[in-house]
Amino acid sequence: MKKQHIVLISSFFLILVFVLGVYLYKSYHTKKLGFLALENASIFVREYSQTLGSDDAKVYLIKFSDPACETCSAFHPFVKQLMAANPGKIKLVIRYAPFHDGADYFVKILEASKKQGKYWETLDVMYKTQRYWASHHNPKPQLIWRFLPRAGLDLEKIRKDMNNPEIVGIINQDLADAKTLNVRKTPGFFVNGKPLSSFGYKQLKELVDTEISKYY
Amino acid sequence: MTIKDKASNSDWTIIFICWIVASVSTLGSLFFSEIMELAPCALCWYQRVFMFPLVIILLLGLFPFDKSIIKYALPLAIAGWGFAFYHYLLYSGFIPESIQPCSQGVSCSETYLDLFGFLTIPMLSLISFSIIIGLLLILRRRLSK
Repeated sequence: MKKQHIVLISSFFLILVFVLGVYLYKSYHTKKLGFLALENASIFVREYSQTLGSDDAKVYLIKFSDPACETCSAFHPFVKQLMAANPGKIKLVIRYAPFHDGADYFVKILEASKKQGKYWETLDVMYKTQRYWASHHNPKPQLIWRFLPRAGLDLEKIRKDMNNPEIVGIINQDLADAKTLNVRKTPGFFVNGKPLSSFGYKQLKELVDTEISKYY
Repeated sequence: MTIKDKASNSDWTIIFICWIVASVSTLGSLFFSEIMELAPCALCWYQRVFMFPLVIILLLGLFPFDKSIIKYALPLAIAGWGFAFYHYLLYSGFIPESIQPCSQGVSCSETYLDLFGFLTIPMLSLISFSIIIGLLLILRRRLSK
């Protein structure tokens, strides 16, 4: 055999093994999560988790997110569009994976806004103004307070409520579930317990559509 | 085939094996980071910096066979081995955690993967670099004869 052929065939073989490995790993992972979704649904949705959408919805879209994460912010309007396009069929569940340095702070504000019934308004404001207070090279967490009144919040009450130790418990539980579910980057999406096999808007839409067509 | 041809064929094969080891290590580390989404720590990155180019330069040394490849590949492999050895010591606890260089982001000493109960990622890296260095040294000896 010619040397060129040996190298070509070896390269081909190595890449084949790699692709096969990717396929096997992903199918194993999906299977494991499917099993978890059946056996232990609370790993995906905790009682305290904030949800949006009809209780009759059969498609659960779980989003592990971080208020300071740019991609989460970019996905936010897209998820809303998905929900608007399929009224009553999707239930959005927000879980926290505050991987950015100091992101706990923003989760605490967000959770505190729940008490004033302004959770989604606050999340909207956070994502819209994120670039001012969560820039990577120059984070200014205190700047967020300037924007919060836009959500109609009572800031004094937020400052008091955000120190509730229950919120720390929520963050820790969400982080523990994220670890179990192998969420290492945000946003981490699951649709009825199935993870996105590859990341992207199109892939998320396809996964949601598949689940919708299964139940409706 | 003359004796000389045979000898040069095995010289070629030695570099070829080095290339296979480097390729497997590169694809393996990409599998860990991109597919299993284990974020590489700082020390892992230094080892990658020295492993990834080996795939390219070893391949170039194969066509046509060029013995000066040893001169170029060996320093890379030795530098990578140094980081791998340090990482291995850190991982297995010979060096206390307090003097480890990466405190932010991903921990260098947390065990993410344990294949068959004893193979960790730094150990795999150390093995790969050792094989490459060993083979290159053998080749250097053969050629200097």
